[in-house]
Amino acid sequence: MIEFRSVAKRFPDGTVAVDDFSLVLPSRQTTVFVGSSGCGKTTLLRMINRMVEPSSGEVEIDGESVLGKDPVALRRSIGYVMQNSGLMPHFTVIDNVATVLRLVGVQKRAAHERARELLEVVGLDLALADRYPSQLSGGQQQRVGVARGLAADPNILLMDEPFGAVDPIVRADLQQELIRLQRDLDKTVVFVTHDIDEAFLLGDQVVILDKGARVIQVGSPSEIIDNPADEFVSAFIGVERGRRALRIKETPHGRVLVDSEGRTQGALVEDGG
Amino acid sequence: MNLFAQAFAWLFAPERMEGTYALPTLLGQHLLYTVISVLIAAAIAVPAGWAIGHTGRGREVAVGISGAARAVPSFGLMVLLVLVLGVLRIPEAAVVTFVLLAIPSLLAGAYTGIEAVDRHVIDAARAMGMTEWQVFWKVEMRLGLPLLVGGIRAATLQVIATVTIAAYVNLGGLGWPIIQGIPLRRFEQVLGGAILVALLALLVDLLLALAQRMAVPTGLRTSSRDRSTASVPASS
Amino acid sequence: MSWVLDNVDLILQLAVVHLRQCVIAILLGSLIALPLGWVAWRYRLVRGPVIVLTGLLYTIPSLALLILMPAVLGYSAISETNLVVALTIYAVAILVRSVADGLDSVDAAVRQAATAMGYGGFRRFWTVDLPLAGPVILAGLRVAAVSTISLATVGILIGVTNLGYLFENGLQRRIVAEVLAGVLAVVVIALVIDLLLMLAGRAIMPWTRASTNATARRVRLPVRAAA
Repeated sequence: MIEFRSVAKRFPDGTVAVDDFSLVLPSRQTTVFVGSSGCGKTTLLRMINRMVEPSSGEVEIDGESVLGKDPVALRRSIGYVMQNSGLMPHFTVIDNVATVLRLVGVQKRAAHERARELLEVVGLDLALADRYPSQLSGGQQQRVGVARGLAADPNILLMDEPFGAVDPIVRADLQQELIRLQRDLDKTVVFVTHDIDEAFLLGDQVVILDKGARVIQVGSPSEIIDNPADEFVSAFIGVERGRRALRIKETPHGRVLVDSEGRTQGALVEDGG
Repeated sequence: MNLFAQAFAWLFAPERMEGTYALPTLLGQHLLYTVISVLIAAAIAVPAGWAIGHTGRGREVAVGISGAARAVPSFGLMVLLVLVLGVLRIPEAAVVTFVLLAIPSLLAGAYTGIEAVDRHVIDAARAMGMTEWQVFWKVEMRLGLPLLVGGIRAATLQVIATVTIAAYVNLGGLGWPIIQGIPLRRFEQVLGGAILVALLALLVDLLLALAQRMAVPTGLRTSSRDRSTASVPASS
Repeated sequence: MSWVLDNVDLILQLAVVHLRQCVIAILLGSLIALPLGWVAWRYRLVRGPVIVLTGLLYTIPSLALLILMPAVLGYSAISETNLVVALTIYAVAILVRSVADGLDSVDAAVRQAATAMGYGGFRRFWTVDLPLAGPVILAGLRVAAVSTISLATVGILIGVTNLGYLFENGLQRRIVAEVLAGVLAVVVIALVIDLLLMLAGRAIMPWTRASTNATARRVRLPVRAAA
């Protein structure tokens, strides 16, 4: 369990990235921070592994403040996947995945063996193990990034817009892959995105944020869609228009649901039918 | 072109291998002064440049030094140091000159190398739990190496050129046949010396250019062969 | 110090000669480098050889180049022409690269937009490509100017008089002040020319004045449009 307690972050130039944020992130679930650029969601994420130090307040993992821990040891115990993969360009794929294991002192042979398992877990061909990141496609690089984040078998996985830089088709693929992985691995995942559809797809708990990481609404995707907290949320998730504003339309073969553009999105079936 | 024939005749004459001013001796002096000066300068400038690159502090000072250094005439600086340190300490004065001239290129090579490393990569290294030293040694230093070697290359060539001029203050080296020959109008000797100096510079440049290429980490060498094999699909 | 006061006329006279030699070399270098750099940028095949060849010439130490060029081209080594030719070669080596890099730095979208609006090739080069490549070319020009001014002093080794004369004369007569005056005169001239080029750049390319700040701000503060 991760808990934020009245956390604030002011940068030296006076900008307030986070202004009094409190939240509990339950274990073995995926919490998604969603909001537009500059709302402080990445800052929140980076406070968990002390890449950013809060100006005030506490971040606790299982009841222990992260500020009391050695930042290097803390970061090695938490997986981190970032946009643009952040892979070491001078390490091969296998060495990239094995980096954290090597940092914590695992022998090279054992680290490579584990890294190879992970490549399979994230659906990468083992033939790619000796390639360099520049020789991979964007989607493959992100898979390597996920494998690297999982290498030391951390309880917590932080993901900062990990699929933001890949094209929509590959992104959909990677999202499904993450859902499958999370079903098997049961990590505490903290995911940052500006894409509300991605948030609803992946999140058990979705946190909609405004400037200064002000919480507008927290809840499961259904709770938020069923009962948007205010106008802003309705507009943000688009319940009044587009794909989520569905109407019933009668057809000769039964009733279907169409969106505001008139495109058919699915059929209406009876519960338990 | 007759002059070139005479110059080569001078170069290959048996007397060139004898005496205080034998060509191998002059070449040895030239190389020795170059290597010693670049090493001393590197011992000072490279750690300083790395520190600037890693911390981002002192960058303006380094930029200022590299810029202003270009305006200082190396020949004038050398003569000045010879006069200040005394004509009995010519080698020391010369080496100080060479070191001072080599420092800006080396400093720039070291800090621009680190500065040019993708910030995302450094951020990722830290986020994975590398210590500051590991971030520097495993990531920044390795990825910045090509530009550092580029700095070493520029510094070395500048020192080679200045050692040539240092024959004017009786330091020896391959500039000697040129400097001694001009007033005596021994043009075959002057040209012979110039050919040797040019060859030395081109050869050293070539070697350091190769070293620079080798310093590029394998993952960053882009060739068409690499790109053509890039698309193995994910097995899923 | 008294030496300097007694010889102000000599220093000024030498400075004028020095400046004349350098200005000629820098102007000639620019006139050669502009078309050569454009050719290197326009025709990929030519680029490698042009950059490598000028780079190799740049590698040759000045004293050797001052002997080799007259021997190859057949003019007297002990002449101002020789010094100016050598300085021009070094300036070309620096500038060709900046011109090609500068033209590279022009946003392809801007170039296409200009063509789409109906600019012809020649007109587009002068009104779009060259001005936008300006900042990079100017940076190269400043480096070339400063190095030319300090390098010119080696002319004295082949008997060409300029501020380098103060080094030779000062060493023979062991007058520290004379040598120091020479070094300082060269540094001051180089820095003044550098400053003038920078100011000229700002006057000719007013859009570069604000751009560094504006681009930095644009990167750091993306508009909240995603919502």
